[in-house]
Amino acid sequence: MVPPFVPFLIAALLVPALQGRARSVLVLVAPIVGALTLVGAPEGVAWQLDMLGLTLEPVRVDRLSLIFGYIFHIAAFVGGIYAWHLRDSVQASAGLLYAGSAIGAVFAGDLLTLFVFWEVMAVSSVFLIWARGTPEAIRSAQRYLVVQITSGVLLLAGALVHLEATGSIAFGHLGLDAPGGVLILLAFGIKCAFPGLHSWLTDAYPQATPTGTVFLSAFTTKAAVYTLARGYAGTELLVWIGATMAFFPIFYAVIENDLRRVLGYSLINQLGFMVTGIGIGTEMAVNGAAAHAFSHILYKALLFMSMGAVLHMTGRINGSDLGGLYRSMPRTTVLCIVGAASISAFPLFSGFISKPMVMTAALEQGYDWVWLVLLFASAGVFHHAGIKIPYFAFFAHDSGIRTTEPPVNMQIAMLVAATLCVGIGCFPELLYAHLPFATDYSPYDASHVLAQLQLLLFSALAFAWLTLSGLYPPELRSVNLDADWVYRRLGPRLVGSAREVIGTADAAVRSAAVGGLVRLGGWLARVYGPRAPAGAAWPTHRTVAITLVLLGGYILLQGG
Amino acid sequence: MSATAVMAHLPALAVVVPLMTAPLTVLVNRPALVWRLATLSCLLTFAVAVGLLARVLELGPFVYEIGGWAAPWGIEYRIDAFNAYVVLVVTGVSAVAMPFARRSVEREVERDRAYLLYCAWMLALTGLVGIAVTGDLFNVFVFLEISSLATYVLVSMGRGRAAPLAALRYLVVGTVGATFFLIGVGLLYEMTGSLNMADLAARIPPIADSRVVHAGFVFIVLGLALKAALFPLHAWLPGAYGAAPSAVTAFLAGTATKVAIYALLRVVFTVFGARFAFGTMAFDVLLVPLALAGILVASAVAVFQQDLKRMLAYSSVAQIGYMLLGAGLVSEAGLTGGIVHMFNHALAKTALFLALGCIAYRVGTVTVASMAGLGRRMPWTMAAFVLGGLSLVGVPLTAGFVSKWYLVQAALERDLWWVAAIVLFASVLALIYTGRVAEAAYFRPAVPGGLPDRAREAPLSMLVPVWLLVGLNFYFGIDAALSAGVAGEAARGLLGGVS
Repeated sequence: MVPPFVPFLIAALLVPALQGRARSVLVLVAPIVGALTLVGAPEGVAWQLDMLGLTLEPVRVDRLSLIFGYIFHIAAFVGGIYAWHLRDSVQASAGLLYAGSAIGAVFAGDLLTLFVFWEVMAVSSVFLIWARGTPEAIRSAQRYLVVQITSGVLLLAGALVHLEATGSIAFGHLGLDAPGGVLILLAFGIKCAFPGLHSWLTDAYPQATPTGTVFLSAFTTKAAVYTLARGYAGTELLVWIGATMAFFPIFYAVIENDLRRVLGYSLINQLGFMVTGIGIGTEMAVNGAAAHAFSHILYKALLFMSMGAVLHMTGRINGSDLGGLYRSMPRTTVLCIVGAASISAFPLFSGFISKPMVMTAALEQGYDWVWLVLLFASAGVFHHAGIKIPYFAFFAHDSGIRTTEPPVNMQIAMLVAATLCVGIGCFPELLYAHLPFATDYSPYDASHVLAQLQLLLFSALAFAWLTLSGLYPPELRSVNLDADWVYRRLGPRLVGSAREVIGTADAAVRSAAVGGLVRLGGWLARVYGPRAPAGAAWPTHRTVAITLVLLGGYILLQGG
Repeated sequence: MSATAVMAHLPALAVVVPLMTAPLTVLVNRPALVWRLATLSCLLTFAVAVGLLARVLELGPFVYEIGGWAAPWGIEYRIDAFNAYVVLVVTGVSAVAMPFARRSVEREVERDRAYLLYCAWMLALTGLVGIAVTGDLFNVFVFLEISSLATYVLVSMGRGRAAPLAALRYLVVGTVGATFFLIGVGLLYEMTGSLNMADLAARIPPIADSRVVHAGFVFIVLGLALKAALFPLHAWLPGAYGAAPSAVTAFLAGTATKVAIYALLRVVFTVFGARFAFGTMAFDVLLVPLALAGILVASAVAVFQQDLKRMLAYSSVAQIGYMLLGAGLVSEAGLTGGIVHMFNHALAKTALFLALGCIAYRVGTVTVASMAGLGRRMPWTMAAFVLGGLSLVGVPLTAGFVSKWYLVQAALERDLWWVAAIVLFASVLALIYTGRVAEAAYFRPAVPGGLPDRAREAPLSMLVPVWLLVGLNFYFGIDAALSAGVAGEAARGLLGGVS
């Protein structure tokens, strides 16, 4: 078979030579051709070669890699439609290379190949952030790049340690006890936005171009989920990491005003479900993680596309600046609500058929507390992604902005993603048939549907009651519904102080980090700058003196 | 002369061709013609080098006696995989940089002095190739002086008032290095009565406890370390590279320090032997810390440099650290990594300096500030710079990655985790200092009136050599069979010949 990343690579190389529509067509042709190579691809090692004295397997196909391969092709296709109107060869080329390298990564059969694609992903994706061109975007892109390269360096180091100890470079199950296992987990963890290692995501994704974010949201983190599923399924540590990831971003999402950053936090929250599933490690749980990655890519892309459309048309993205757009962008509003319903796991939408698999697996394995955390996280995501996003962008107070629907290609892209969200939600067997393990899981039994509807309805009821009774002050509209309700019962002052504490802590951590970096930079410049001791031109006599000291020292010490 | 006769005299031809070209350039004394002559000579020497390497790979190491005088009385050239490889690098860089030089030199050097530059270039090439091929220590000194004196002249011909001063500084330090080397050779001669490397290798072990031999070792390695710009003996290098004409900098960056490193490894491993150098003299205790310090400090300094030629020069100091680190690990993987990095770094750094030469040709100054907006004005040049920079960083699929792969493996083999960590950390620093340039070129808007009107894409005769090297950076990053294979054989030769 043709390695699935090859069509993307060829297209990425051809794109700069093409103009206008031909270029946009090529961007769409690459994922189609790539997907055709996958259809009917036999499982097993499709390509093996010897290099640097090692046996490499650049293309290995099995059910786990296939499901990620399929969704990455779909994401690249939808992203391509969304970016049809762009006349920017750098973004087109970088997007293709980025998608291709993510696909290469999920079909990599050894750690070295994985590392190569890991790095290409990092380097190509940064152009999607750079391309925005604002000073903030450029700075965040540089931070993003350094973090991504660090992940690559850790992966390489871990792979080398593994090779050194075991003599094998193959990428199979690793676990924490494998030589280099911790280093590699750290590398995966950075790209998967583990708590504490996540800030590159919420820093950089909102800074990317409207089309770039759609690509970014699909590939890097999900490639990391795939590698975790491959290498660390059943590692209990991941259950707790995943639960934390599902939990903590909710609070940040509550106080965040930039709607694309809110989506960034909810991205981490959704990753938490997948990581938890991988940590549980049963067939049901890994299936759940893979299925959730699949449906998550679709609805998260849809949400980012709808917010990208808002940004594209109005130039604004802060919740406080927007509102009332449903009059001028009715179609975008509806499509955004489909994405919001999917991420909130409404029955008949895609989130509903994948997320409960992870939660059911958690209950089956006796992780009751984890299940509760995930339940809370579900309610949280319903608020900040399911209600807050569409509410502040399209309804709430009328911001007075009058615009039109986004370009037709953007609408088509959103429509395709929305159709897939609903399609999978209504016909989950289509997705279940391709999961890594055979499953007879059925999401539409009475208890699941009722439990989920209760959760959602009570949340919605609380929201409505608070809004109608005026307990929902205008400037606090961004407060998380569920958390808000708890705060309110404890007294309105607590809300303020909690916001203050989180806000202050957040600001303090940020300013400490920034201040530390500035001080470090200053110190480095003082030592290594062009006028500093190390960096200035050294006089000749100093070189001669050093030579003599070395000469004398070496002879004396050696003479002993 | 028949083909076999030419083949038999290849080692001598590698030296004689550029040596004979040098006086010819002075006699001809017309810039355009001189350049053609020099280019022809460079290509011819490169062809000779290819022939040498092919012969070594086919038949194994061989000896060539100058004038038919047998060693140890006569001078012999000893060719094995290691020096054939180094000669290939040196002549290859020269053969790529010389075609580039015509336009660059026209702009940067006065017309009536240009022929001197080509003359000095040919002499420098003679000296560098000579150091590599000879099997005689005193002969090394002679060629060292030939190449050094020619290099001082080359550096002094740069634009600006800094050039003569930089050349003078280089001359003082270089002379100290050469003198140290000569003193060391003298001490060895006094103890053994021999100057032939192979002969010395046999005569030294019985007298290895002698303080005179120890002192000889120290003088020789320090002298060569100065010429190789091992940190902290590197201070001459940024000045010299920064001041020299662009084409000359590209030529020197790919060749001069590499040949000094070659001589250092040759003396340490072949003449003294690894057991003496690393056992008795504990050379690695000195070499590894200095190499690591060089990697870190010089990379950090490069991050803050505003003049890009100096930035790349400091980066060279760091890369020299990589090469010597490989040697200091005293293992097959380490030496392979160090030696293959001589090859790969020559590819990357020459490409980068040539790209800077293109910018100097069109823009004049090469500072970070003058890069603003250049990505649109000179797209091919800047793309080449970025791709060459990726190889310098050691991104996979580039040549630089292959070197780092071997070095990290060698460090891990000996359980030196922190050494591997430093090597990998320094690649992040390299990413920062090359990324800074890319950022300015692509994302900083041009200052109105900042770029001269002639700042458009460089002429084809300059772009072709740059892109040829960029292509090779990727070729040897994907198929390292030749570069790493020969380096591995050279490493085995160095270790096997002595232990």
